[in-house]
Amino acid sequence: MTPFDASIATKAWATGPGAEPEEGIMEGSRRHAIAAYILVALGTAVATAVVAALLVNIFERKQEAKNPFLKLVEVTEDDVDPAKWGVNWPRQYDGYLRTSDPTATKYGGSAVGPEGSMPPQKAERDPWLKRIFAGYLFSVDYRDRRGHAFMLHDQEVTKRNVPGEGKQSGNCLHCHASVMPLYRKLGAEALSQGTPGEQVQKGLEIVGGMDYWEAHRLLEQVTGKAHPVSCVDCHDPDTMELRVTRPAFLSGIRNLAASDAPVPHLPSIGRWRQGSRSAPYDPNVDGTRQEMRSFVCGQCHVEYFCGKGTTIFFPWDRGLKAEEIEAAYDNLVVKGRRFKDWTHAETGVEVLKAQHPEFEVWSQGIHARSGVACADCHMPYKREGALKVSEHWVRSPLLHIPRACETCHPYGEKEIAARVEAIQDRHFALLTRAGEAAVAMLDSLVAVRKGYDEAGWRDALENDPAIRRLGELQRAAQWRLDFVAAENSMGFHAPQELARILGESIDLSRQAQAEATRLASRTAASAEVHAAP
Amino acid sequence: MTGRGSKAWVALSALAGAFAGIGAFTFHYAGGLGYLGSNPATCAYCHIMNDQFDSWRKGPHHAAATCSDCHLPPRFLAKYLAKGRNGYHHSMGFTFQPPRPDDPDARQVFVEPIRIKDFNSQILQDNCLRCHGEFTHGIVRGSTWADDAVRCVHCHEGVGHGARR
Repeated sequence: MTPFDASIATKAWATGPGAEPEEGIMEGSRRHAIAAYILVALGTAVATAVVAALLVNIFERKQEAKNPFLKLVEVTEDDVDPAKWGVNWPRQYDGYLRTSDPTATKYGGSAVGPEGSMPPQKAERDPWLKRIFAGYLFSVDYRDRRGHAFMLHDQEVTKRNVPGEGKQSGNCLHCHASVMPLYRKLGAEALSQGTPGEQVQKGLEIVGGMDYWEAHRLLEQVTGKAHPVSCVDCHDPDTMELRVTRPAFLSGIRNLAASDAPVPHLPSIGRWRQGSRSAPYDPNVDGTRQEMRSFVCGQCHVEYFCGKGTTIFFPWDRGLKAEEIEAAYDNLVVKGRRFKDWTHAETGVEVLKAQHPEFEVWSQGIHARSGVACADCHMPYKREGALKVSEHWVRSPLLHIPRACETCHPYGEKEIAARVEAIQDRHFALLTRAGEAAVAMLDSLVAVRKGYDEAGWRDALENDPAIRRLGELQRAAQWRLDFVAAENSMGFHAPQELARILGESIDLSRQAQAEATRLASRTAASAEVHAAP
Repeated sequence: MTGRGSKAWVALSALAGAFAGIGAFTFHYAGGLGYLGSNPATCAYCHIMNDQFDSWRKGPHHAAATCSDCHLPPRFLAKYLAKGRNGYHHSMGFTFQPPRPDDPDARQVFVEPIRIKDFNSQILQDNCLRCHGEFTHGIVRGSTWADDAVRCVHCHEGVGHGARR
């Protein structure tokens, strides 16, 4: 029945008593009238229900906006279990949990296997890695990355860290576990009169002096279970403000601030340098909110040294560039000798190993210079209802381009992906070329070494200027190549800077090769002269 | 009058009254009247414009222009037509968005970050020229109305909101 019919029926009823219509019509119009009532009532009821639903929807959104979280449980500095924090901040915790999902981009995690399988060895794609790491544990086991959730597990199962072999120290836990309660406990026991900062540093030294598995066992005793990076590592449990907890970052950035190295992307260091310098630079006091959104990541995504016998440190006292870090290592004396990570098995040269210097490389790029923090791209803001949440499923920006990139570069997802791929493809080609140059260098050095016995070669590396120079070239070429290869962005964090470093690496490798070839032919010629008479 | 009929009318009137009441309350609770005005805070009522509103408050045009000065035509009829059109799209989008847009099977009602569409982009461009036209007419002549025209905000993207964080 249409509304028009209803109005006729209503009219019939209105004129009813006076008009005395015939019985049949009367019956019919009454039926019509009842139907009309029911229809109008139903219509109004539905409309009211819709409006009520809208009202509730608006109410919910207003509540969401008013109460971004509800603190149901108290969390403290000692709560390293993220599940407890997840009771108060379920949205962030949801994201954190998803870091266990396998993700893949063209150059990162590109061959993700079935659930539970380990990521592939890096050397499958870049075979030259095996050569440059000859004699080092990274030639044994060096896999592609996985998400935050696996950081501790992957360290427990890598062949570089087999229990009983004693190859790694407790230093590793600085970044692979939520370790602060252990540092505080051991530090307070050893240095009961010290400030909290001094106690943490002391705890770091004590743990660094232990075998990895001994430290791991102690951590389990203190925190119940060893957890990978957790909420408390970046957030103040009282205010949820970002803060830096890791002592190696605190001292590293303090040394960087005290140096003359230009850091235009870190304005708070510039302000501190112009100030009285009465207190050392402290990111938790001096850092801006935006800087903290990179500093918390820089606690671990950096170049560092953490080998046995040394307390972990970040080599930033001359600056963040590859050659400034190299100079810091070259000027470091350990047990009376210039610092080395290991002795190369093929050439006997004492060389350096780079770890993932993401913070340092980001520092040289245009994004850092423009004030863009790690979290802006890797943990972009997203909205759930009326809430603005920062994504705690930390992953490649290429996996969420609209939020990560298009907030500033509104050119469409495909276009952005194509631009990034162009940068990464070029970078990968240059990286591969540098790897091949390094292999050619190693081949030619091995050829020179053949003319010497073991002791003679060791002596030549120390005392023969020409051979010594070969060693220096290898050390510098490898350091540059590894610095770039170990960095996780396939060139994106600072394309031009990384191309510059690779260019230097290729040049140094080829210099070494040319020099070695010259030496080899000279040795061969003199051998012929000796053999002739 | 028969008793039955008038009782039904009373019941219907009560129902209609309840509908009108709950409707009026919802309208009031949602700040409905505000949408007829031009207070910039209104535009952030549904929370999606929070970032735009916040950055406008710190942006260069803060002292010179409000949301509706740039995003709505100046004349009465065109202004309220545009308000109605945008209001419809915004309220539908906001009401029917999934609570967890990230879930794999979530139905995408709109894509974030939100982007201005052609209809509104033209209004915005016209408003740029409404104030700055005399000064810039030598460089924008003709190109403003073409489909592939370069808009003022293509380069001057931070003037209203969205300036460097």
